Amino acid sequence: MSVAEKARQKSRASPYIVDDRERGLFRVARTTFIDEEILAQERDKIFNRCWLYLGHKSELPNPNDFLTRNVGGKEVIFNRDRKGVFRAFMNTCPHRGAMVERQARGNALAFRCFYHGWAFNNNGNFATRMQAGTYPEDFNSDGCANLRSVPKLAEYAGFYFLNYDAGAVSLDSYLADARSILDLLSQHGPEGVEVIGGEQKYSIRANWKLLMENSYDGYHAVDTHGTYFEYLADAIGGPAEMPTETFVWDLKNGHAAIEGNAPWGRPVAKWIPAWGEQAKTEVEDIKRELVARVGEEQANRIAVLGRNTGIFPNLVLNDIMAVTVRTFYPLSPGNMNISAWALGVTGESEAFRKRRLDNFLEFLGPGGFATPDDVEALESAQRGYAAVDEVAWNDISRGMLKSKFDATDEEQMRCFWREWADRMEDQK
Amino acid sequence: MSSVTQDIISSQVQSLSQAEIEAFLFEEAAMLDEWRLDDWFALFLEGAIYEVPQAGASDEASSSRNLFYISDNYFRLRHRVERLKKPGNHSEWPRSVCSRLIGNVRVLGAEGGNYIAKSKFITHRSKNDITDMFCGHHMYKLKLIDGHIRIAEKRTQIDMNTLRPQGRISIVV
Ligand code: FES
Ligand SMILES: [Fe+2]
Repeated sequence: MSVAEKARQKSRASPYIVDDRERGLFRVARTTFIDEEILAQERDKIFNRCWLYLGHKSELPNPNDFLTRNVGGKEVIFNRDRKGVFRAFMNTCPHRGAMVERQARGNALAFRCFYHGWAFNNNGNFATRMQAGTYPEDFNSDGCANLRSVPKLAEYAGFYFLNYDAGAVSLDSYLADARSILDLLSQHGPEGVEVIGGEQKYSIRANWKLLMENSYDGYHAVDTHGTYFEYLADAIGGPAEMPTETFVWDLKNGHAAIEGNAPWGRPVAKWIPAWGEQAKTEVEDIKRELVARVGEEQANRIAVLGRNTGIFPNLVLNDIMAVTVRTFYPLSPGNMNISAWALGVTGESEAFRKRRLDNFLEFLGPGGFATPDDVEALESAQRGYAAVDEVAWNDISRGMLKSKFDATDEEQMRCFWREWADRMEDQK
Repeated sequence: MSSVTQDIISSQVQSLSQAEIEAFLFEEAAMLDEWRLDDWFALFLEGAIYEVPQAGASDEASSSRNLFYISDNYFRLRHRVERLKKPGNHSEWPRSVCSRLIGNVRVLGAEGGNYIAKSKFITHRSKNDITDMFCGHHMYKLKLIDGHIRIAEKRTQIDMNTLRPQGRISIVV
């Protein structure tokens, strides 16, 4: 089959996307960002079927630890039972619905619903004795009074995911090549990585898919974040230019990453003069340990190159001047909640931890020198989509006909949208 | 009354009154409302820090252990102010309209030549036809230098559960 024929076969045109492989054109319908009906279908076909990020193992260091969070729009308890086994339950009382745990985190042998007092062991089993005759003899023989476990819970390299579809494929096959990114992250330190104190919870008045696009959009950096690069140039005492050689990884199943060497310092392990001579020795030691443990090539990817990764549908792992884990969920077509964490190397010194957090804050989060401008861009686009009748399509064709993609192309977004359209059009 | 407390009170009497500190904090808020940003930055002593922990964090949270929103040293604070003035600071260009209300000012004593002061704030930020509200308290370490009050440390504690729906701290709250 000729190249042109292959391109023709892979092309598609649907109400949602136009993927014209011959001409090198990719369009996304703006209705996908504003339509209530499309959001209802996304809840059904995407959020109720895909593996969703739940948390990192370091957040529950001890048996009986628990935390509560909203995953895919539903309240969940993520905990470890008395034996230390990781578990996840729907945080709703099987009696009449109240949340059985309302604290953000803690350590508990059991959960007790405050409404009528039903209690549950931290393995989910109903643990209240009722007076004989109150309920039928065989009450709970079907488990109706136990906490409901999430249909599927699985872990890869310390990252826990859940799935609301009991028939879903395994996490390993779902993550496909994105596993290599989780491997890289978990190898940053000899004892792995951990979530650092606190979760940034904020929101953006824009469609959730815009944040996925933005999180690995190498094209916008220079224009949107010019003021950040001006700051960075002063901080590193030299020009702050983005790399000329970059990579784009199609990690399958809608996951993708961009990779390259950037001008900022990296706690693991790329020194910049602003950190001083003492830090230089420390960074060299970290690099040496890394090379010894994972080999030269992998060490170079961890220490020098950074990457922005999107795991379908709503997990972002950006390993840039700091490492952030970010997930988000739509409240409505034009509004999403975001949760973001910082990852650090387990056992790193306090000075290094401070440097890492400083790096995080110079760019990332609601008070950083970059994220607020991304928020403005997304909200501005969302307002623009009200003109959907006049301007119906977004264009993400950039670099589509190239044989090797750059981070400033839009291939990573096309990976996302092909998967999104497959699922929405029941082709998956 | 301990002698330390006596010292604090007598030093307050001799130097800065509650009214003087209040006037300073009100003027600081006006500088931000009126976009007199260079004047505002000039209030900070060289080596000063400016921090905003996460919404709901305790007063004891530390920027070397906890993830904050803002943890500026003097260098980065200067850049924050410079950035605010640039059109490339998209979040604040065109500029938002802000109104800062300061109250419940308390001078909690002196520590190593610093005045410790706390105030409550309500800040409204309005842009793109949306008005967001921030509330919480400020904590200051102030110094009296050549008859002028200067800021050695400022910490803004956001007394809200999360940053939903505000989504960003692109202003000096
Ligand atoms: S709703 Fe939980 S005990 Fe009734
Ligand atoms: Fe950005």
